[in-house]
Amino acid sequence: MKVLKVDAIRNGTVIDHIPAGRVQKVLAILKPRETDVVMMGMNFPSKAMKKKDIIKIEGRELTQNEVNGIALMAPDAKVSIIRDFKVTQKSVVQIPDVIQGLVSCPNPKCISNSEPMTTRFNLLDASGSELTCHFCERVFSAHEMDHI
Amino acid sequence: MKHLISMRDLSADKILKLLALAESLEKDPTQIDLSRRVMAAVFYEASTRTRMSFESAMKRLGGEVIAMVGTSGTSVEKGETLADTTKVMARYSDIIVIRHPLEGAARYVSEQVGVPVVNAGDGANQHPTQSLLDLYTIQKAQGSLEGLKLALVGDLKYGRTVHSLAYALAPFKPEFYFVSPKSLRMPAHILSNLTRMGIPFQEKTTLDKIIPEVDIMYVTRIQRERFPDREEYEKVKNAYIITAELLTKAKDNMKVMHPLPRVNEITTDVDTTKYAYYFDQAENGVYMRQAILSTLLGEA
Repeated sequence: MKVLKVDAIRNGTVIDHIPAGRVQKVLAILKPRETDVVMMGMNFPSKAMKKKDIIKIEGRELTQNEVNGIALMAPDAKVSIIRDFKVTQKSVVQIPDVIQGLVSCPNPKCISNSEPMTTRFNLLDASGSELTCHFCERVFSAHEMDHI
Repeated sequence: MKHLISMRDLSADKILKLLALAESLEKDPTQIDLSRRVMAAVFYEASTRTRMSFESAMKRLGGEVIAMVGTSGTSVEKGETLADTTKVMARYSDIIVIRHPLEGAARYVSEQVGVPVVNAGDGANQHPTQSLLDLYTIQKAQGSLEGLKLALVGDLKYGRTVHSLAYALAPFKPEFYFVSPKSLRMPAHILSNLTRMGIPFQEKTTLDKIIPEVDIMYVTRIQRERFPDREEYEKVKNAYIITAELLTKAKDNMKVMHPLPRVNEITTDVDTTKYAYYFDQAENGVYMRQAILSTLLGEA
């Protein structure tokens, strides 16, 4: 018998295959509201990843911008939309070519950290492992990025 | 070309057009008239050479200059944002030339205002007008930018000028010697980018053997404050001093360049040799900036 380690949700979103240890960063992108019921799992055994993290959010379907942010922090994540306990839509996240207003620039001397402005990063390669800041032109690894 | 923010935005073709215009303006500055045009020099940090070179360029083409130099006593001290300050400056002028200590400031301003913006240095990021005047100087000295051997000497770790120059020359198939103390080597990310672009280079810690090899020696200042301990600085500080005697082995066409100010890294006895080219380089800055201002103001 399959035992669920985290309660199933009636309606909402499941984000699976988050690299172990990145769940907090993904959660920070999602900025749960006070009314959101969120379940967070860490270090689940995984055949493909050895260990993985997982998030379930009750009653919320993610925006494209939020999915973009997840792609940055967890490029292999799978996002499932749950309706009435059933998976109605399952998608693999994909980092967009341009990421705006989602993560801050790790360069403390970048103008985007001192002016009230929208950050902007351009993807350097399709794997999404490297991004360049549109403003300071520095190159960063995706895992260096932090949410705003 | 609407703004000049980064060398990365310029194709080899655009660079060559600017070089040709600078050359043409050097021969005949009367061909372009910028009278009744106003350049706003918005300098958040001090700069003598770059600002005066821009002012000279604008005024020699008949234009006017207004300037904010440093933030002391300005609305910036009252907490005004960069966007607001420059939006106002844009209403007073036809073109903004900005220097700012933060990286990306010029790009941001160019997206906020309705007039052309020239980046006159944004922190450690870009200083494209310096790179362009360096290219113009090299072309003038050697007749072409193609296939030259260059030694970049001194502080290659923190020197924004040498980083930009390495990239700016990349389309013209250069060959580089990077000469520096080990602690001030060219950053790894630049070396790996050059490798990716197929640009040959060698890293050296001494100058002697390469002097007869090179067409251009681009010297930068080694600053004491870059060294964690004084002993290390004392060990290397005299290793890269260019003297007239050292240059006796140089090729006839070799030229010594320096972004200035120099301290002791080029001795004054070099000034009177045929190799000295750093004051010409400074003068070339005026012609190149005339070319940039004319192009962005739609007069070229």
